[in-house]
Parts: sequence; structure tokens; C-alpha cells
Amino acid sequence: MSDDMDFEEGGAVKKFMFVNRKAPYGTIYALEGLEVVLISAAFDQDVSLAFLDDGVFQLVKGQKTDGVEMKNFSPTYRALEGYDIEKLYVERESLEARGLSEEDLLVDVQVMSAAEMGDMMAQQDVVISF
Amino acid sequence: MLHIVNKSPFDTNALAGVLRVAKKDGAALLLIEDGVYAATKNSATEASLKAAGMPVYVLQPDVDARGLQSRLMDGVNMVDYGGFVDLVAGHDNVQSWL
Amino acid sequence: MKFSIMVSEGPYTHQATDSAYQFAKAALAKGHEIMRVFFYHDGVNNGTRLTVPPQDDRHIVNRWSELAAQHNIDLVICIAAAQRRGLLDENEAKRQGKDANNIAPGFRISGLGQLVEAGIQSDRLVVFGD
Repeated sequence: MSDDMDFEEGGAVKKFMFVNRKAPYGTIYALEGLEVVLISAAFDQDVSLAFLDDGVFQLVKGQKTDGVEMKNFSPTYRALEGYDIEKLYVERESLEARGLSEEDLLVDVQVMSAAEMGDMMAQQDVVISF
Repeated sequence: MLHIVNKSPFDTNALAGVLRVAKKDGAALLLIEDGVYAATKNSATEASLKAAGMPVYVLQPDVDARGLQSRLMDGVNMVDYGGFVDLVAGHDNVQSWL
Repeated sequence: MKFSIMVSEGPYTHQATDSAYQFAKAALAKGHEIMRVFFYHDGVNNGTRLTVPPQDDRHIVNRWSELAAQHNIDLVICIAAAQRRGLLDENEAKRQGKDANNIAPGFRISGLGQLVEAGIQSDRLVVFGD
């Protein structure tokens, strides 16, 4: 465990990263992953979300799910700010490989290189992948 | 950080993700389940594993189950489940590339 | 060291729960503690006592129940994921007006906060999924 942990209200604050590498709708991982993220907000931890590989598809604008009769949960990403979850990291290489850019995304994110993403991951205490 | 890959590199891009993104300093790669196929000698992935820049471990029970014992590339380290536990305990953090 | 485990896939289809079980057993053999195993996504299906595998196969559900009883491991099934997939304990069955329940011994149904709490309170959280 890292030595430079912050202590608040008697408990240690850990760095939690939720890693999203899967697209929405085809499988439930993105939706159920988001449910964990929302709950984590209640624990006052240092929470971040990483989007890479097909996980970047979770954030694209224009999702319309009437035809598949599934819940469109993409607006929830915009609501995260209200839960004080503001660290949304997107890997640039994954975006570019999919013909996407930051303008295609429905929420403000921090776009970073693969190397920067790797540095970010290495700093975490807990990494939960969906 | 210990990076765990449980998918064949011929099926998903999990291993490619680790090799592209992971910070090499202080990292190790553990191949379990179908992830062990990446360590097959003379395979298309052998060269990328050799250039991984971090120690590579394979889980022996998964290697054995898949009949890979005699077909493993050089330079990978075999561990059992106890060794898996030691790897997790021996790194500050762990990430499963699902 | 104190470990927790997240299992994201159900029994038999994926190896995830087998790997998680073998990891837990090996950790215990080395004198570590398994604080909690959290079952999420289809992983909740590891906790139904109605499972009847062929006699010459491993009994994945019973194996978890027995390990938990021997080593005092908290086996938690996520309530939201469980309700989607038809896993109910006695209380939930009553509350939802269902005529049966199916939770195996040693498992309990609880919220996603238990996963975040496991991450906070354990030295390592290891995810097994697909």
C-alpha cells in the first residue's frame, strides 16, 4: 500500500479506478459497471474512470435505444459530475483507432496517451475492471 | 502493478492493451486461463511477449490443462496458484484486463 | 495479507469462478485472509443452491459454501445483479412476492457498497471475469 495515503475522518482514502474496455448494449458490463461507480461516490474515495479499447464507445453521442428496447444509460455519464466523480480518462490511441475524437463524446473527459494512461493505472490502490 | 490477462491473444485485444498501455517500470504480466496461449513457442505473439519489457509469468495448471507444457516459449516463468498469490501480494496493485 | 475477490461470471460457462476459487484456496494455504468474495454480473449465479452438476464434475456452488464455512469468508451476491437474474433469498422472495428462494448456504445478498468496502478494507482486490 502506498505510504502517501491521505487520511480523512479516521479512514484512509484510496485511489479507485474503474476500467471500462467494453462497448455498451452488446453486453451488460458497461451498465452494471456504471452502477458500481455511482455507489462508490458515497464512500468518499478518490474515484476515476478509465475508458480504453471498446470502452470508449460507451461515451459516444447519439445513442438511441428505442429500437432495441434497452435502457439508454449514456446520460448517466453526464450526471457523474453531480456525484463529484470528475476524473474521466480516455485513451487517445483507442479513440483514434475507432475513428473518433473528443468532439464525438457526450461528456467532458481528459484525453491522454496510452503511456499517460499506464502511469495513471500504476498509481491506483484498487482497479476494478468490467 | 501486476497485469493479469485471461484471454487468448488470438481472440481478444486484452494482451495488446497491456503491451500498449502498461507502465513497464515495476510491472509484471501474468497469463492465466486462455491467456496462456500467448506464450506458445513460434506463435505470432512470441515476439511481442519477448519485447514486453516486464517479467512474464504463466499459470502452470492452465498451461497443463491446455497441453502446452512442451510448447512454451523461452523466457516465461511458470507459477502455480500459490505463485499467483505471491505475485499479487508482491505488487502494490493488480489489474485484470477483462 | 487481507484479500478480497470479485467474480464476474457464472459457474461452468467461464473459468473465472474456478480460477477465483483456486486463488482463494492457495491464499488461505499461505496464511492470508480472504475477507470477502463479491459476486457480480452473471457471477451471482454461483450462489444458487439449485445447481446439480453431473457427479463426476466439481460442484462449484458447494465448493464455495464449504470454503466459506471453513475459513469464515463473506460470500456476497450483489442484490441488483441478483434480482435481474432470478437469485433471491428468503427475505427478498417475500418482499418481491415470489414463491421460492434459491440462495446457497454461506452466501448472502447485499448491495454494491460491499464491493467498494472490500476494496477499501482489503490490501488487494482481485477481479476474475471474462
